Amino acid sequence: MSLELLGGRILAPWFGSSIYVWGSIITVFMLSLSVGYFIGGRLSLHSPSLAKFGCIFLLAAAILVPVVYLAEPVMIWVFDRIEDPRYGSLAASLALFVAPTVVLGTISPYSVRLLVRNREESGKVAGTLYFVSTLGSALGTLATSFYFILWFEMDTIVAVLAGILLLLGATGIGCRGLDRHA
Amino acid sequence: MRDALTTASVILLACGVAFGAFAADRQVLHQEQSLYHTILVVAEPRRLCLKFSVRNNTRNQSCVDPNDPKRMVFGYTRMMMAALLVVPEPQTVLMAGLGGGTLATALAALLPDVQIDVVEIDPAVVKAARTYFDFQENERVRVHIRDARVFVKRALQRGRQYDLVILDAYSGDYIPEHLMTAEFLDETRRLLAPGGAVAANTFATSQLYDHESETYRHVFGEFFNLRVTTSNNRVILATNGPLPDKATLRANSRAWRPALGRYDVPITSYPRRMSTKVDWDPTKRPLTDQYSPANLLRGSR
Repeated sequence: MSLELLGGRILAPWFGSSIYVWGSIITVFMLSLSVGYFIGGRLSLHSPSLAKFGCIFLLAAAILVPVVYLAEPVMIWVFDRIEDPRYGSLAASLALFVAPTVVLGTISPYSVRLLVRNREESGKVAGTLYFVSTLGSALGTLATSFYFILWFEMDTIVAVLAGILLLLGATGIGCRGLDRHA
Repeated sequence: MRDALTTASVILLACGVAFGAFAADRQVLHQEQSLYHTILVVAEPRRLCLKFSVRNNTRNQSCVDPNDPKRMVFGYTRMMMAALLVVPEPQTVLMAGLGGGTLATALAALLPDVQIDVVEIDPAVVKAARTYFDFQENERVRVHIRDARVFVKRALQRGRQYDLVILDAYSGDYIPEHLMTAEFLDETRRLLAPGGAVAANTFATSQLYDHESETYRHVFGEFFNLRVTTSNNRVILATNGPLPDKATLRANSRAWRPALGRYDVPITSYPRRMSTKVDWDPTKRPLTDQYSPANLLRGSR
């Protein structure tokens, strides 16, 4: 959600802040998350492990960094080719936000697979996960729009997001080591 | 206790009277929920006003006196005419933000050969200006329904130039933050013809004053700040070359005085109020596309 909010600010210099710019961003995030959920579910079928789970975070972090550096050239490219700012903002959102959001979307179903031990508790586990991830989204939205944009540059916020993902990924892979020793 | 009761009843009574007066004196002629605002056209005792939002205390966007439609009711609208001291005979004008169209209508009447492009994001505002404020589009005054940032970028791409760019898109309850950054101002500066100028109606209060002033200085160098004591607005006048000297400003003000008298614009008083003094905190950070919390800064003193 933090990324989605920043997405609006990333696009504004090129496509404005008209309502259709938000329409483009929300569409692209929803679309990407749905694809991510689907892929995450499929991935969880193939010998799931905490290490692979950690790798998803690392991948997300790695894909997020180019968003910072490629945003400008990508938007120039789109701006030069698409006159209508509706389709311009949609094309730019697709180019910039699909990859990181799809990867982030795979996390939820994969977590369900790792945490569920038996069928009886599966509903409870999924519920807790929705609770945590949606609460996190709410807090991320609030913190970004109320404070982060006042304290930091946008690129810094995206870099910190990538850093957090990196840390989580490393933790996941590190814990796998502990698991094996135990 | 009795004092408290008395105070309370006085307040209640005052509210009642105020509300009665409000209901009797104001008449909502038009209300529309557009994509961006709630648009209200309100007839008040001696003026007709355009407002964005339903709150009673919301600021008027634009007002006219129906008995004297040329008279500029607002201080800031009058102050914006100071642009004519810096660029006395603009041939091409770009306006970001239409409001009731007061400025566009006045400039079209004052400058017979001018070509005005108005960029307004909200079609409902254009409709209200046409219907209630006698705003007229023709071959000299064209309206583009577009985000101003996008319009400016496209205009640059096509090599367009303007003698005067008027930025008046900030006066609502929400500031479009991408129209206040150094990058946007730089794009606007590059759109100016040689000898051209930007006139911006902006804020004179809150932390935003410091940040915004620094942003303009960063892009244009020295600029004129026009402030009057009675207004919460200030007008920035910036050029892409050297600023005119005071003698030129005074000569231009004398030349414009007869024509502007009908508009109630005290044009000859402006040269002495136009200052290049740094009266803000120059350590504040300029606003950029990376850092542009204009709405949050406006809320903090």
